[in-house]
Amino acid sequence: MTVLEQPGRAYHPAPPPAWKPRTEAAPLLPDPEPYRVLGTSAAEKADAGLLRELYGALVTGRRYNEQATTLTKQGRLAVYPSTTGQEACQVAAARALRPQDWLFPSYRDTLAAVARGLDPVQALTLLRGDWHTGYDPAEHRIAPLCTPLATQLPHAVGLARAAMLKGDDVVALAMVGDGGTSEGDFHEALNFAAVWRTPVVFLVQNNGFAISVPLAKQTAAPSLAHKAVGYGMPGRLIDGNDALAAYEVLTEAVERARGGGGPTLVEAVTYRMDAHTNADDATRYRTDSEVEPWRAHDPIALLEAELTGRGLLEEADAAAARAAAEELAAGMRERLHADAELDPMDLFAHVYAEPTQQLREQESMLRAELAAELEAEDDEREETR
Amino acid sequence: MTTTAVAGTATGRKPATMAQALTRAMRDAMAADPAVHVLGEDVGQLGGVFRITQGLAEEFGEDRCTDTPLAEAGILGTAVGMAMYGLRPVVEMQFDAFGYPAFEQLVSHVSRMRNRTRGATPMPLTIRVPYGGGIGGVEHHGDSSEAYYMATPGLHVLTPGTVADAYGLLRAAIASDDPVVFMEPKRLYWSKAGWDPERPEEVPGIGRAVVRRQGTTATLVTYGPSVPVCMEAAEAAREEGWDLEVVDLRSLVPFDEATVVESVRRTGRAVVVHESPGFAGPGGEIAARIGERCFHYLEAPVLRVAGLDIPYPPPMLEKHHLPGVDRVLDAVSRLQWEAEWTEGG
Repeated sequence: MTVLEQPGRAYHPAPPPAWKPRTEAAPLLPDPEPYRVLGTSAAEKADAGLLRELYGALVTGRRYNEQATTLTKQGRLAVYPSTTGQEACQVAAARALRPQDWLFPSYRDTLAAVARGLDPVQALTLLRGDWHTGYDPAEHRIAPLCTPLATQLPHAVGLARAAMLKGDDVVALAMVGDGGTSEGDFHEALNFAAVWRTPVVFLVQNNGFAISVPLAKQTAAPSLAHKAVGYGMPGRLIDGNDALAAYEVLTEAVERARGGGGPTLVEAVTYRMDAHTNADDATRYRTDSEVEPWRAHDPIALLEAELTGRGLLEEADAAAARAAAEELAAGMRERLHADAELDPMDLFAHVYAEPTQQLREQESMLRAELAAELEAEDDEREETR
Repeated sequence: MTTTAVAGTATGRKPATMAQALTRAMRDAMAADPAVHVLGEDVGQLGGVFRITQGLAEEFGEDRCTDTPLAEAGILGTAVGMAMYGLRPVVEMQFDAFGYPAFEQLVSHVSRMRNRTRGATPMPLTIRVPYGGGIGGVEHHGDSSEAYYMATPGLHVLTPGTVADAYGLLRAAIASDDPVVFMEPKRLYWSKAGWDPERPEEVPGIGRAVVRRQGTTATLVTYGPSVPVCMEAAEAAREEGWDLEVVDLRSLVPFDEATVVESVRRTGRAVVVHESPGFAGPGGEIAARIGERCFHYLEAPVLRVAGLDIPYPPPMLEKHHLPGVDRVLDAVSRLQWEAEWTEGG
């Protein structure tokens, strides 16, 4: 029988002698409601140029999502996980970073990569299927689009730590979804980042769904931003459809990281307007009445209302934004309707610095197969002539 | 083909343990290249539970030899990021079976990053895994996990069977621009051989097997903890009139097919010996390759002596699991010698 089970005896253990919190919890707590700027008096202080830039980027972002979705329906992309409705998060993440900083996107974050300046066709190779990563990560400071959920977060922590140890002024911003916060790597990355005080910003886009599973089945936490407190870093809860709030809070978090303040977790509350991908049917798990309120809370509409209300958006500005978006879409159509250039020998070239004997043999086999195919095609042409 | 004695004591050098050689390899690599960083659980002040990182934090500072939080996926995942920034991380997985939480990072990122980026982002990473049984470890402390790693394209898998190889192969692993899973046979940590830390001998590099003992009548193909077992078996086999050759693979990936094939074509018989379970184990691949390349030279089917196809047993029973000299000799005795005797009269 343990002391706890002994009737009539209260169990009053003495507190451990040396216990003290490593960090005070209260300053780390997120706001009770998602932080908003647009539509409040705080927005009036915002620079008009910045607002117009964000607006242009959102309009282009929306068009990018639409064009990529269309290209998927036309069979030019294998699959496209859309960020329609999440453009504010995508654009703000890209814009909060300086050229030397690093972005660690998930597979859904191609728009963030494009907003950072990456060529859309290079950003889309993974989803087109011609190669996994179509760009040099170090050249653009954009890590490969990561498919296994949350596994890119420890990479961001390690890269930021390496930069910190070298004395380089570099911040890493890692993007993950609400579903990804259930993964072990999310937990481990946040813990390592906080213990090492690495210059990292974790951006959780809480878009309501992990494919079909709603947030309520994913977590019992007060908010995803609250998870930060358990690791000893600040959590910020923001309206992810408020481009200005997202830009402001992410920029602050990046500044904080830069100044040696360590990591921040930002939860951006947003909504995935489209299905998970073109291969998914969202009507199986959500009704249109659920989606409807989010149409009214659209990131472009919110920013447009702010700009129009303050007389900052002339029709000419809006037309210019639309034209820039159309130009991007036209470029995507033209280049992605062309057949991808494939070299089957690429299959062997980069497995190791030097191919193994076994790979060399398999390469010869494929070469021979391809040569035989060509020959057969030639013969066929001869016969039909 | 290279021939090297198992122990260098004949050279008159002072004896050193495999553990000391491994420590020295990391120390020398860190001194030679500031990009080399060691990280893992207890690798700092304690020097690792096997003391392999002893003195590194002291000499190079805790930023270069870092005690991480206790999370293997986090350790390997952050090492990936460090490698992306140009460092050369050396990660210690405390025990074979503790490496499994890091499996996703290894399989989904470490092994693929170079290929994924068409060579733009190499992964010069070394993952040290103390492996295998024979030290009386309780559950999760005796696994032979090499087959999992061998089955993952993009990884190199090395394992030393001698003190000189422990140093030479670990230096090669750290210097490699490809990720290396470096399997350290725990029960050989305290094995000794003459070895001079100031003048470590050159050993063949990644992708090269070595003939440890020359012989004429059958080849034992083995690696890591089973190398001394096979050497002992080969000595014992002399009494039976068998002159066994012992090939120490050292590098499981890349696999040195040429050395193995040359040996087996010469001897006409082969037994593959390892601790890892036999079913779908390394021996199956090796035996298949020998069959494909040596068919007309073989006097008998290629046999395998492997660990049992069971979860790693409790320490009091592990002796029944581990391939020992008797089991190796028994396999050798089944290499259809009778047919030859009949034919030869």
